[in-house]
Amino acid sequence: MSTTMSTEASENQHVKVKRATKSSLGGLGIAIPVLLIMAAGPYIVDRGLQQQLVTLFALIVMATMWNLLAGYGGMVSVGQQAYIGIGAYGLIYLAETIGIDPFLAVPAAIVIAGLLSIPISFLAFRLVGGYFAIGTWVIAEVVKQITMQVDALGAGSGMSLTVLNELSPGRRIAYVYWLSLVGVVLAVLVTYLVMRSRLGLGFTAIRDDSVAASSLGVRVTRSKRIVFVISAMGAALAGSMIALNTLRITPESIYSVNFAAFMIFMVVIGGIGTIEGPIVGAIVFFGLQQWLSDLGTWYLVIIGVLAIVITLFLPRGIWGLISGNGRIRLFPVGYRLVSPLSALSLTGTKELNTTSTEGVSRPD
Amino acid sequence: MQWLNAVVQGVLLGGLYALLAAGLSLMFGVMRIVNLAHGVLAMLAAYLGFVFVNNMGVPWYLAILIVVPIMALVGYVLQWGLFNRALNKGGLAPLLVAFGLAVVLTQLLQEIFTADNRRIQIGSLATDSIQVTDAIYLGVFPVLTFIVAVVVIAGVQVFLNSTPLGRAMRAASDDPDTVKLMGIDNRQVYALSTALALATVGLAGMFIGMKTQFSPTYGDLVLIFAFEAVIIGGLGSLWGTLAGGIVLGVAQTLGSQVNPSYGLLVGNLVFLAILAFRPQGLFPKAVTT
Repeated sequence: MSTTMSTEASENQHVKVKRATKSSLGGLGIAIPVLLIMAAGPYIVDRGLQQQLVTLFALIVMATMWNLLAGYGGMVSVGQQAYIGIGAYGLIYLAETIGIDPFLAVPAAIVIAGLLSIPISFLAFRLVGGYFAIGTWVIAEVVKQITMQVDALGAGSGMSLTVLNELSPGRRIAYVYWLSLVGVVLAVLVTYLVMRSRLGLGFTAIRDDSVAASSLGVRVTRSKRIVFVISAMGAALAGSMIALNTLRITPESIYSVNFAAFMIFMVVIGGIGTIEGPIVGAIVFFGLQQWLSDLGTWYLVIIGVLAIVITLFLPRGIWGLISGNGRIRLFPVGYRLVSPLSALSLTGTKELNTTSTEGVSRPD
Repeated sequence: MQWLNAVVQGVLLGGLYALLAAGLSLMFGVMRIVNLAHGVLAMLAAYLGFVFVNNMGVPWYLAILIVVPIMALVGYVLQWGLFNRALNKGGLAPLLVAFGLAVVLTQLLQEIFTADNRRIQIGSLATDSIQVTDAIYLGVFPVLTFIVAVVVIAGVQVFLNSTPLGRAMRAASDDPDTVKLMGIDNRQVYALSTALALATVGLAGMFIGMKTQFSPTYGDLVLIFAFEAVIIGGLGSLWGTLAGGIVLGVAQTLGSQVNPSYGLLVGNLVFLAILAFRPQGLFPKAVTT
């Protein structure tokens, strides 16, 4: 897609609607070298650090996908751990019992989670707002309770991933690391592309006023369902990354509501309704988790209080602070109008931000 | 006969669920806040009761008289300190703040009281029962719980329908801006609503603590039961919530009758079935709360 285009009516006046900015091009200039360095990870850092980075990658995927659901879609879910569990169990079941290559089992498990989320969405969408939140939690509990009744899934005691033991530990960890890095890039890229698309534009309209959006022809429920399914698949990706990293899962740990808490805290702290925010939030959360690890469960108290304070006093999160409330954008999903007046203005280019479709305004 | 017994026990259990749900309903009804910290606040009340009864030797009925006002005060302070601010921010803020509070409070309870199971001691009352027929025994304590639940629900309903403050709460629910024009500070009305809601949560938490083993994370289940009772019964009616609680309670005891590990699952499945086939609930909006 071209980054600069002229509208027909204003051609003579040189009004331009543009998407990319200096900061977004600069961001791309930083992101690509960073990704290349990250890709060299297994040659640079030791196995322990690689495993920790996989944990960070899983957190980034979770935060990015929860933000797509809640920050853009307006659906606060406390039940995404259902899909984390389905992704993890799906991967191990396919790899151990069916005998599929574990790295091919990851996309298969993600597809299974996506398919299961479709009928689930019909149940969950009966509820809105806060009741939707608790409803998704109940559904996650039901998925856990059903898992615990199925002997093929190890019932209450969980499952282990043993087929990867054929690989040497160094290789195994490096492969999991690369797969997880690809997972992060995919999650962010999918969110970016969805929000740039017609669907994303409709979504911002739904978030701001769903009745008005619907009257303009936005298919509200269908759009919500698509995002619900995508974010379920993203959570399943995170779940399979966790399973590959830890090699052992139990129903209580993989369906833990703590994952919902992590997702919400990361997104709120980083900045809800932006693409950069959840990434920043995940890194901050991971850092705090490591730094406060000596304090036991106190770290969750501290992070929780931080999230409450940020919700009340800094609703755009840390990224809002860094970016000057949306002036810097690494992932431009909106458009900006470059005013013809700016050519006359002595102060140089002035960007009007009135047509922004990005979630820089406070998400509703 | 054991099936009939299970139904009777389920009905009694349903009273407790309805009492739990009353506070959740009330806060949603007046402020449209879904208090995700509802369950853990009930656990806070249970732990307060545990300290008074087990550690300090206060009789349980006196402990209730102490814990309920404390919880009302907690509600009043929470509303002014957190929820009113969050309501000003609009959007997702109240929900996110409530969830943050739930996580923080759960962890704090775990730090203070550990994750061990506790129970408030009520002596022989826990086991006293009346034999109705050969197979049906009515526990004195479950019957007492049920009566208290019905009385409290009726009391809240009467309060909302026929006192000036109850009227202000209903008015703030219908149209907060007009309420302000009438010279009522809706923030204060909200604070008193939350105080009332948490008083019922305090009572429910005490009864849970006396009925069963609890730990900080038991609050998650408490929230889910309360929510399911509200949705099964139908939004907007406290009597519907009582019916919803009874349906949930009966589903759980019948499920446990089949297999002890099925109780929770069957309760949840009944909830999902209602959601799928009768999303307005069994008794939708009879009286606005």
